[in-house]
Amino acid sequence: MREPATPTLCFHCGLPVAKGIDLKVEIDSQPRPMCCHGCEAVAKAIVQGGLEDFYRYRTGPSPTGRDLVPEFLKRSKIYDNPEIQKTFVTTAPGTRPGATLQEASLILEGIVCAACAWLNERHLNQLPGVIEANVNYATHRAHIKWDNRLIKLSDILVAISHIGYLAHPYDPNRQQQILAKERREHLKRLGLAGVLGMQVMVLAVALYSGDWFGIEAEFRQFFYWVSLALTTPVIFYSAQPFFTGAWRDIKNRRPGMDVPVTLGITLAFLASVNSTIHGSGHVYFDSVVMFVFFLLGARYLELGARKQSGDACDTLIKLQPTMATRLTNHLEETVPAVALQPGEIILIRPGEIIPADGCVLQGLSSVDESLLTGESLPLQKKPGDMVIGGTLNYESALTVRVEHSGANTVLAGLQQLVDRAQSEKPRLAQLANHVAGWFVFTVIVTATIVGLYWWQADPERWLPITVAVLVITCPCALSLATPTALTAATGKLTQAGLLVSSSNALETLSRVTHMVFDKTGTLTEGKLQLVKIHPLADVDVNSCHQIAAALEARSEHPIARAINSNIDPILNSSHVHNTPGAGLLGEVNGCRYFIGTSQYIESKIQIALPESQLADLEQSGHTVVILAQAGRLLAAFELGDTLRADSKNLIDALYTLGIEPLLLTGDSEFAAKSVAERCGISHYRSRLSPQEKLYHVKNLQAQGKIVAMVGDGINDVPVLASSHVSIAMGSGAQLAAIHADMVLLSTHLSHIATGITLAKKTLMIIKQNTTWALLYNLCALPLAAAGWVAPWMAAVGMSASSLVVVANAMRLLKTANPIDIDK
Amino acid sequence: MEIVYLLIPIAILLVLLIIWLFFWAIKSGQFDDLEGPGHKILMDRDEVDSIPPDHNKDP
Repeated sequence: MREPATPTLCFHCGLPVAKGIDLKVEIDSQPRPMCCHGCEAVAKAIVQGGLEDFYRYRTGPSPTGRDLVPEFLKRSKIYDNPEIQKTFVTTAPGTRPGATLQEASLILEGIVCAACAWLNERHLNQLPGVIEANVNYATHRAHIKWDNRLIKLSDILVAISHIGYLAHPYDPNRQQQILAKERREHLKRLGLAGVLGMQVMVLAVALYSGDWFGIEAEFRQFFYWVSLALTTPVIFYSAQPFFTGAWRDIKNRRPGMDVPVTLGITLAFLASVNSTIHGSGHVYFDSVVMFVFFLLGARYLELGARKQSGDACDTLIKLQPTMATRLTNHLEETVPAVALQPGEIILIRPGEIIPADGCVLQGLSSVDESLLTGESLPLQKKPGDMVIGGTLNYESALTVRVEHSGANTVLAGLQQLVDRAQSEKPRLAQLANHVAGWFVFTVIVTATIVGLYWWQADPERWLPITVAVLVITCPCALSLATPTALTAATGKLTQAGLLVSSSNALETLSRVTHMVFDKTGTLTEGKLQLVKIHPLADVDVNSCHQIAAALEARSEHPIARAINSNIDPILNSSHVHNTPGAGLLGEVNGCRYFIGTSQYIESKIQIALPESQLADLEQSGHTVVILAQAGRLLAAFELGDTLRADSKNLIDALYTLGIEPLLLTGDSEFAAKSVAERCGISHYRSRLSPQEKLYHVKNLQAQGKIVAMVGDGINDVPVLASSHVSIAMGSGAQLAAIHADMVLLSTHLSHIATGITLAKKTLMIIKQNTTWALLYNLCALPLAAAGWVAPWMAAVGMSASSLVVVANAMRLLKTANPIDIDK
Repeated sequence: MEIVYLLIPIAILLVLLIIWLFFWAIKSGQFDDLEGPGHKILMDRDEVDSIPPDHNKDP
């Protein structure tokens, strides 16, 4: 706010350069301003690597160097552990004797333009020991091969961080990789159908003009045989997915679109083969190949859209193995968390994730259990207290005796709950499949009746007419109706930061009646923020803030971080002494100050804040810390988890759409009520365990409601898994993102409402498309049954009806963007 | 018109060649990244101009 009108921008990351910072790096023989040492180091590394060209070709600012976390780099060493590497590194014998070649795939964070991909690739290839590095710009993945004797994996990760990007390994056996393989297979099928289809069409044109102008029987017969030869691979290779799909549908007794497709293809092909062998009748080779090609094309696009949002989901799920520091006879040893046994003693440093459930033996610290319990404040832990695996240790080192590990931990228990909830997840019947079942039935009945009638009336013509009925009712338009609309909608939502990872999520979303919210991290920001500073004496609020910030500067506690954000520190503190869970004291400008809870201040200076005043401040569920000096209280800092900016907008939008919002939280009644009131949610429940949340949702479902769940924590995962459609916050726990049907990457909660609107629109388009396809069939069927439709008319009708369907779906893309991205 | 007995087999041979090429291209990853290489080639050319050839690292 106090910035001058045009602040100097950092040449590297494009953020404004704060006053008093004078960092320059020479790029393209000109000194360029830098906003921080992080950006400066990154820019220097790029220039020294001879990769200055990057700045000329990039199309957007680079990720800032400010956030390059040293913790990540410290932790990257664990990726060298052979035990850990097993899951994502493959070892191949090297070309030279004695050398071992290792290969791994990395996800790169911070790639914004093609120049970033180029920069990473060049930089990696310059490292001694790296044999080969490829960066895929479309997927933000890097594939590297290196010689383990010359360079370690952690060195490679560190080298990438030097130029301002973060890389982490990922397990290539994950689902997305399988999807990528499937995409290649699909492309092959599509290409084969396209190329052969063109040849068949060339021959078909010759045959059609032959019908018109006359053709010698000898050539006609030759063209039939060639068409047969060209169509056979399309049937047996390209169309294979339809056959397997239809077989699966029949086995499950749930006829989908694949059944009529298979029926159409098979009968048209068999009839054509019959005509070819007998040298009489009509052939439908051209219709068959074009049909297969169109359908494969639509499915390829659908697969592409799914893969794109799936890739983005994958990026969230970092493969971060938890390591533990085991103490054996006071010797530290790093082991994978899974190897811990009950009874062993472990050391947990501040900032580390607690690897197993256990009992604190030594140390005082605060532990963030918010992802597990929904509690927004960290909890104090002292010797004798239990800690839960998967939570985060904040303040100081703890020595813990492992009580449960592996499958017996609280986290593993939750996982079992999730698996059960997932298997019991209710699924709504999909519209397209519903229509398909009905359609198949009608077509078969009609075709049989028509066949039987002509068999009696004119035995010569029964086969061509029955086939014409099947071809003209060819479910092309009907089977394109759904995938094209879904593809368009998925693409649109991905742009807005709402990723769709499950195929029927959109259809379900459009029919939701109740939407359940978690509190911490979903409706609220999920982190403490400074709400207000209340002066308690005749002092300047800003200088109190400065003193508090100086005292808290070295602490990692969320309270300290909240006080330190939004301030440019100008003071320094010394002789700081920290009492975990209570407060700290230290000297600023030679004067001694105290900051901490009211009890802590009372114990230090024997002055307490009046009970009523404290209760007033804490009323809205907020936390209060007090700054004091010997003899007097200076100021009270009111801290709270603030509501997301557009939580209220979303709730209002939901009411407008006729959807009932509900708040279910594990946090206190106090906090739940305050949040519910501020967003305008009328129904809320507090102090719920994951089981109780699950029970609530199942209750609603039992009443026939369609429930969507929005959550971010591990405690929400069972509910996410059991709700009809689930939306996880991209900033939340990875486990939540894995089990959700949709992931909200954007920070704008109201994009969920946009998602619902778009889903409703998509469903409408699907309905229009289906209606159109059915109408077309209804008109064409009697004509074909009467024997009035020539094969070429059937082909034209089929293509035209498909085009209408595709054009209608494209309207989803064209609608003026209702979603303001990054506003 | 008998020429079609020669021309069509030739066309089929060509088609087989095209399919073989297409499959090879898919297998070697030509379709995995449809955006990156287009940019990359532009950037690399300028770099070779500005850096003497012996500067390139030995793989």
